[in-house]
Amino acid sequence: MRNAFADAFYDLAREDDRICLVVADITAAAGVASFQKEYPKRFVNVGVAEQMMISMCAGLALRGFIPFAYTIATFTIYRPFEQVRIDCCYQNLPVRLVGVGGGVSYSTLGGTHHAQEDIALMCALPNMSVLAPCDPLETAQVTRACISVPGPVYLRLGKAGEPTLTADAPDPFCFGKIRTIRPGTDVCILTYGPITKMAFDIAARLEHERSLGTSVVSVHSLKPLDEEGIRSVLSRFKTVVVIEEHAPYGGLGPRVKALAWDSGATCRLQTFALKDDFIHVYGTHLELLKAHGLDSETLFREIASIAS
Amino acid sequence: MSCAPEFAPMIVPNFSAIDVKARCKNYRRRILDISQTVGALHIAPSFSCLELVATCYFGLLKRGAHPDTTDTFILSKGHGSLAQFAVLEDLGIIPSDWLDHYCKPGWPLATHPDYGTPGIEASTGSLGHGLALAVGMAYGDKLRGLERTIFLVMSDGELQEGSVWEALMTAPSLGIRNLVALVDLNDFQSLGRTSITLPNFYPMLDKLQAFGWTATEVDGHDPEAIYAAVEGRDHNKPQVVLGRTIKGKGVSYMENVPVWHYRSPSPAEYQQALHEIEEVAL
Repeated sequence: MRNAFADAFYDLAREDDRICLVVADITAAAGVASFQKEYPKRFVNVGVAEQMMISMCAGLALRGFIPFAYTIATFTIYRPFEQVRIDCCYQNLPVRLVGVGGGVSYSTLGGTHHAQEDIALMCALPNMSVLAPCDPLETAQVTRACISVPGPVYLRLGKAGEPTLTADAPDPFCFGKIRTIRPGTDVCILTYGPITKMAFDIAARLEHERSLGTSVVSVHSLKPLDEEGIRSVLSRFKTVVVIEEHAPYGGLGPRVKALAWDSGATCRLQTFALKDDFIHVYGTHLELLKAHGLDSETLFREIASIAS
Repeated sequence: MSCAPEFAPMIVPNFSAIDVKARCKNYRRRILDISQTVGALHIAPSFSCLELVATCYFGLLKRGAHPDTTDTFILSKGHGSLAQFAVLEDLGIIPSDWLDHYCKPGWPLATHPDYGTPGIEASTGSLGHGLALAVGMAYGDKLRGLERTIFLVMSDGELQEGSVWEALMTAPSLGIRNLVALVDLNDFQSLGRTSITLPNFYPMLDKLQAFGWTATEVDGHDPEAIYAAVEGRDHNKPQVVLGRTIKGKGVSYMENVPVWHYRSPSPAEYQQALHEIEEVAL
């Protein structure tokens, strides 16, 4: 994802001299290195000074630029939260806040580097758009699409090495709209971000072992949320589940439940999220998710039980 | 409600310290009048920075035929907004009925300046944002090859924010020159004297210089001294001007008395204040 973002960013920035990159001592991949080399003035490393990074981006936006702020998700939005809120959101400026390692993907770095409440915090801010692509292809599409968003955007990325999942997606990418990326008719899994790979694995097992046709839907835009699309899912499927790498409060799960209530949905609905707790387990990304109950085997059994 | 005028090149008289002082006298009267229409307002912080703000608008800011060639002013100590609003009214940038309805429902002016209001280049009110925003704006100007200067007025309490020091570190490191920060050095913050709250914060000049800025200290109520300090600056560096001021300047019972940070005078106090303002010789 990091590489896909960097490459898409590089292509965009070559064509549009309003695009700048301000980093706080963390850089992305080769694409950003090329950008830095070819357009050194439009690349600024403010050092380990995240408040400065965000305000600087807002200042650039006040002068007509489209700045991207880039660092690890916790430092993009938690450390300088008030700068995000006032400088970017209150003034409604086109700053793109890129958080790499959203969720708990920096698994061995510990709780200081886990962004497990980021969606809740960013969705709560007026004017903010919140985007969370599921694979490298969608990352490139989201990066390109966010250029034309008039206000601030939080772009939640994983890190590197996520597999491609959407090459054969039945639905094309459309900004602000949920998309079916794996077809199925019995169960629908709503998800976003790198955990979508787990949803794919679960869907395949449900189909092969339990004959449950399982659709996977990428909710790459948490805000604006495609409420109409989600209501349609809730009315078309007998079983709908949400899987998200996020705290249980303020993420996609509670939103879908609210939509189900408001629309009088009659489907079975279950949401799976991280626990309301910090993670004091170290290991791989998957091992951390498992510590909070988000593992392929457990979710497969639970969803199979709900759906049958 | 009157409409705000569109951008137009502004004609202001050549700088004259007497003219700025006379205007500040009018602004103090105007702010006192407004004080009688609201329950509370930042009267002392506004009186403290009036000469700094007015010297920018009526001396230091250069106006061009286009916004890109016009200097920028940001009131980073947003709670002094009445000082800026009084100037913007005087310049015809905001209509008088807007200020007549300060803090009233349905009208656009309130305690802190909001981006989008005519003449307001950034939303301020939370301290410690203005300087870093200005660094971003100045860097954008540098990328575009624009020579305009950004002026901002900050408070001394504001300098306690860590974000200010991030910006102080960054501006000279990025080669930014066209940035002048005027600090309203009234030695007060909400709960008391700044120099007693954090004595190790002083002296300030050498700290600022060590960060790569030119730094000068002047009488912050003396337009001539403020103007001379900025006009004579080293144009190869950003500049901080520490303007020594008196919080509540011009009204004896307000001067250096913390309660006037956010209190409206009673009718009798209002009359006394007006009387004292009238008596000040220019």
